[in-house]
Amino acid sequence: MKKKKSSLAAWITNLAFVILSFIALFPIISLLISSLRPSSELMRNGISITFDPSSISLDNYTYIFTQGGNYWSWFTNSLVISAVTIVLSLFFSSMVGYALALYDFKGRNLIFGFVLFILMVPFEILMLPLFQLMISMNLINTYTAVILPAVVAPVAVFFFRQYAVGLPKELMDSARIDGATEYGIFFKIMLPLMAPSMAAMAILQGLGSWNNFLWPLIVLRSNDMFTLPIGLATLLTPYGNNYDILIAGSVMTIVPIIILFIFFQRYFVAGLTVGGVKG
Amino acid sequence: MLPASRVRTQELAEPVKEPNKLFKFLNSKKVVPYIFVSPFILSFLVFSLYPSIKAIIMSFQSVLPGQITFIGLSNYSRVFNPTFYKALSNTTIYVIFTVLILTIIPIILAVLLDSKLVKFKTIFRASLFVPALASTIVSGMVFRLMFGETDTAAANQILNWLGMDSVDWRYNAWSGMFLMVLLCCWKWMGVNILYFLAGLQNVPKELYEAAEIDGATTMKKFLYVTLPFLKPVTIFVATISVIAGFRMFEESFVFWEAGSPGNIGLTVVGYLYQQGIQQNDMGFGAAIGVILMLIIFIVSFIQLILTGAFKKEDA
Repeated sequence: MKKKKSSLAAWITNLAFVILSFIALFPIISLLISSLRPSSELMRNGISITFDPSSISLDNYTYIFTQGGNYWSWFTNSLVISAVTIVLSLFFSSMVGYALALYDFKGRNLIFGFVLFILMVPFEILMLPLFQLMISMNLINTYTAVILPAVVAPVAVFFFRQYAVGLPKELMDSARIDGATEYGIFFKIMLPLMAPSMAAMAILQGLGSWNNFLWPLIVLRSNDMFTLPIGLATLLTPYGNNYDILIAGSVMTIVPIIILFIFFQRYFVAGLTVGGVKG
Repeated sequence: MLPASRVRTQELAEPVKEPNKLFKFLNSKKVVPYIFVSPFILSFLVFSLYPSIKAIIMSFQSVLPGQITFIGLSNYSRVFNPTFYKALSNTTIYVIFTVLILTIIPIILAVLLDSKLVKFKTIFRASLFVPALASTIVSGMVFRLMFGETDTAAANQILNWLGMDSVDWRYNAWSGMFLMVLLCCWKWMGVNILYFLAGLQNVPKELYEAAEIDGATTMKKFLYVTLPFLKPVTIFVATISVIAGFRMFEESFVFWEAGSPGNIGLTVVGYLYQQGIQQNDMGFGAAIGVILMLIIFIVSFIQLILTGAFKKEDA
């Protein structure tokens, strides 16, 4: 009796999760299918549940690869901005996190307080003064303006600090005895040990930068300098005649991320749930 | 032994033989940490501290190109107008819905996923996580096309099949709010489930066994064993949801770009963007920003007090 009841419960729960997973994936699947359908129909009808299988074609992709216009500039811009942000923010944030974790120095707690301060102040309040600052530095409509405020990421500093606290300090001492410099210890010994946390942070920073919207929207001005989210958003008008680029372009924005996710799931999970690290 | 190795040792020893004073200074354990943190300090001063102070100063000024005048509190008195109240009430309703949905449902789903009932845990966990990967603009675009006004758009197709009338999703106050809440919950559900799953690993298994011996039902075990242990994670998830909710902008932008009919989608940050950037009224925008920050501080503070986060942890 009891067994029967619990197996029924198991059935219902599993079914519920199948449905929920389907709901979670449905918009992405619809996006994929819609990208294979005539864009004029998409604009007129929206995304329907039913579709005519005979209308399936790669036309939208042919179009975007041959006449993609600024789409490829957006793609390049997003790629360059994300790559530079990842490299710079990982480099600087790991240095700070490492120093906060493994050196005793005056002002350490103050600096850690600064990290928490940035974590608490919403970016939106800094936005207007930062925008003015970018204007006065003549950086409007440049990659630099998008990247600069993200160069030292407080979340990453916090995460690296938590990670570095657990690294063996004895390694540093024995390296010092062997005559290694402090910088050598960091770059050659400790940094490689921080690799797993690097991967998680690379994903957090990369995804954040790839999908970032409000700040780039403010500082990027000309269409050819736009990043993918901003460029795609400009196509999203009721009068738009660029739905072919919009839909195929959107697919190409998220598919690389999903492929990366399949291979590096562990690091994605660690990166996106970083807020959960205990302080 | 061999000449070759002797040469190598000499090479290695060379920097020690002529100690460079500057390098020795830069390499001392006292100085090194400051060098490591210096980029952060620089970036903190220029990109965080300076703009925060500047924002507060700007909120008392009228900022016109080449002409900045101190105007006292008049930006603030102008902020409290019907449009701002609309933005604030939209944002508040959005926060209440998203926080409730994104805290309660993930707890239940995480407990179920953690139980022995569910097979294929990894697949479910991964599929629920996927929405977090897509940018809000891209997924919002898909939602916008699925919730189109025509009878042929997915949402209305389903309504029609159920014998209901089509809805102009983006043109009613309630359905506009529904779209924004739905988009947000769809995106973050999987991430929040993971937070709670992590929290569940802290529940000692012996407690369940003890409760079972005492004859506790599944429901009682959930209420008296699981939930208390999930409290820290719950506070954390609720707090980040509140903050993210008050900062919301993209979910509204993707459905209505610059302006929604009757401001049904206007949010506080949307209003800040509209006034500060589009209308170039920076002092006014800064005042909205300061108010936003105060609201976030006060609400998170109240939340932390209510949930007892400041009480002394008695182990």
